[in-house]
Amino acid sequence: MTAAISVRGLTVRLDGNLIVDGVDLDVAEGEWVTVIGPNGAGKSTALRAIGGLLPHDGEIHWHGTPIARLHRRERAKAIATVMQSPVVPPAMGVYDYVLLGRTPYIPPLGRESASDLAVVDEVLAALDLEPFAGRRLDTLSGGERQRVFLARALTQGAGILLLDEPTSALDIGHQQEVLELVDRLRAERGLTVLATMHDLSTAGEYADRMILLAGGRVVASGTPAEVLTEANLAEHYRVRVRVIDGEHGPLVVAVRGNPNATV
Amino acid sequence: MTDRRVVARPAGLRPAWLVAGVLSVLVAMLLGLAFGSARLPPASVAVEIFNQLPWVRVDSGLSDREVAILIKLRLPRVVLGLLVGAMLALAGAAYQGAFRNPLADPHLLGVAAGAGLGVTAVIVLGAGAATELPVGVPMAAFAGAVIAVGLTWLLGAAGSRDRSPAALILAGVAVSAFLSAAQTYLLQRHVESLQQVYSWLLGRLSTAGWHDVLVILPYVVVTGVIVLAQRRELDVLTVGDAEAASLGLHPQRSRYLLIIAASLGTAAAVSVSGLIGFVGIIVPHTIRLLTGPSYRSLLPLSVLFGAAFLTLTDLLARTVAGDAEIPIGVVTAFLGAPFFVLVMRTMKSMPT
Repeated sequence: MTAAISVRGLTVRLDGNLIVDGVDLDVAEGEWVTVIGPNGAGKSTALRAIGGLLPHDGEIHWHGTPIARLHRRERAKAIATVMQSPVVPPAMGVYDYVLLGRTPYIPPLGRESASDLAVVDEVLAALDLEPFAGRRLDTLSGGERQRVFLARALTQGAGILLLDEPTSALDIGHQQEVLELVDRLRAERGLTVLATMHDLSTAGEYADRMILLAGGRVVASGTPAEVLTEANLAEHYRVRVRVIDGEHGPLVVAVRGNPNATV
Repeated sequence: MTDRRVVARPAGLRPAWLVAGVLSVLVAMLLGLAFGSARLPPASVAVEIFNQLPWVRVDSGLSDREVAILIKLRLPRVVLGLLVGAMLALAGAAYQGAFRNPLADPHLLGVAAGAGLGVTAVIVLGAGAATELPVGVPMAAFAGAVIAVGLTWLLGAAGSRDRSPAALILAGVAVSAFLSAAQTYLLQRHVESLQQVYSWLLGRLSTAGWHDVLVILPYVVVTGVIVLAQRRELDVLTVGDAEAASLGLHPQRSRYLLIIAASLGTAAAVSVSGLIGFVGIIVPHTIRLLTGPSYRSLLPLSVLFGAAFLTLTDLLARTVAGDAEIPIGVVTAFLGAPFFVLVMRTMKSMPT
């Protein structure tokens, strides 16, 4: 079986600094993989490179095709990215923002077709965003905006969704709401999800597999239970933690004290 | 998909606004042709314009002398005002989108000063022959404009890590000052050209002839086509370069194309009309307030309302003080400076 995304030896330098250093990873079709790691580990940079948005070394394949060989527009139809904190354009309406997701389908100099509008309508309905369609994006709350960002990505019709810290600006209630929504869409639409997240317990509850990055390298990977261990987290986050078995995966709690002492 | 339940309509050019824009151009033309030191009845002017069409013969009731004033003096001036106004407004809107900066304007970016230096250099150093060619002056203006916008861009990026809108404009002010100083130096060394350069600097719509119209027409068409073709790209660029790239665009390529096209349009306008400021701020921002931020409506409406605006401003410039004509750049600055403050005050609510 070919993976939806297959990455080999991904290396990214920004201003001469090595940020991502030889990362290998595979995401199977329909799978949810979450990349975790301390600040500065290279999570976001790796994700942006995989989305084709940064110059990089190494190989990235999309269903067996090197993404470097895809035209920009073809890539945008295959992979949709939701940035960590997307720019909210001044005074733009929600409907127009979501319609931007159809950009790769609209021919140069052409205009949106009826089928483009139909896709937007369908996505707005699926995400319960119809009441907001006529509103300005900059008047929405954080949770509502995150749903709109997701809607914009979904209208791209891409099979792969890259989510960079999709919940970092949200309270725990809205975090769960957004992640449940992604999980439901993944099941309904057969999406493949590759995300970065900071909240380890939440990350572990939704991911099929996790990858722990530190210093730009993969230092652990596997199921949440395999990655979220007290030893792994103590070593790479330099914090004393307690890991408790939860209903949907390990729950991680930071505890004061020397990270090298056992809890 | 006729039974599509309408949730919302996508942004775009509404027919009503297009009609309003065309009407405003026609009204501005008629007023610009009818009023001035010699007053002609607007109805007769409209009839006479029809009469000038090759397959129409109607009697407007105007005397031969009045027809000569209308066709030889006023019409080229009005047409030139339309073209220059359309270019300055379109260039302003294009710069605002390309730089994602609401304050961007051909003058504030130093582009007009660059074009002015280019024209001065040709007049002064030049070769009198070059000024007679239809390409000499506009091309010198274009070279100056592109160098100026490049300098402003580099300075603005080097001077500020956060790329704030103000940094770019401050860089534009510095570049303008530097290029104006270079221009003053050139003039001092060549006092014999002072008269010629100054009459041009203060705005030359007053001496406009059909020659000027023909000189800038090709540049106007090229700029108009390139910028209008990028209207959807400009809407996508408002979400930032990274997002735009993830949506399949080539943001930097679009940006270069827009900046070069807008500079070409500015250079053409400056090379026939001198320095007329603030049109690129006043017109696009007024349209934004009325019809929303989408460049799909903003760009075509900037062409129409920019043309109408400058024609009416020119009318004001040549009638408000009796027979003494005020330079048109003075009128636009009187209107534009307060408007600029208004835009700055609302910038907090429109982070670009």
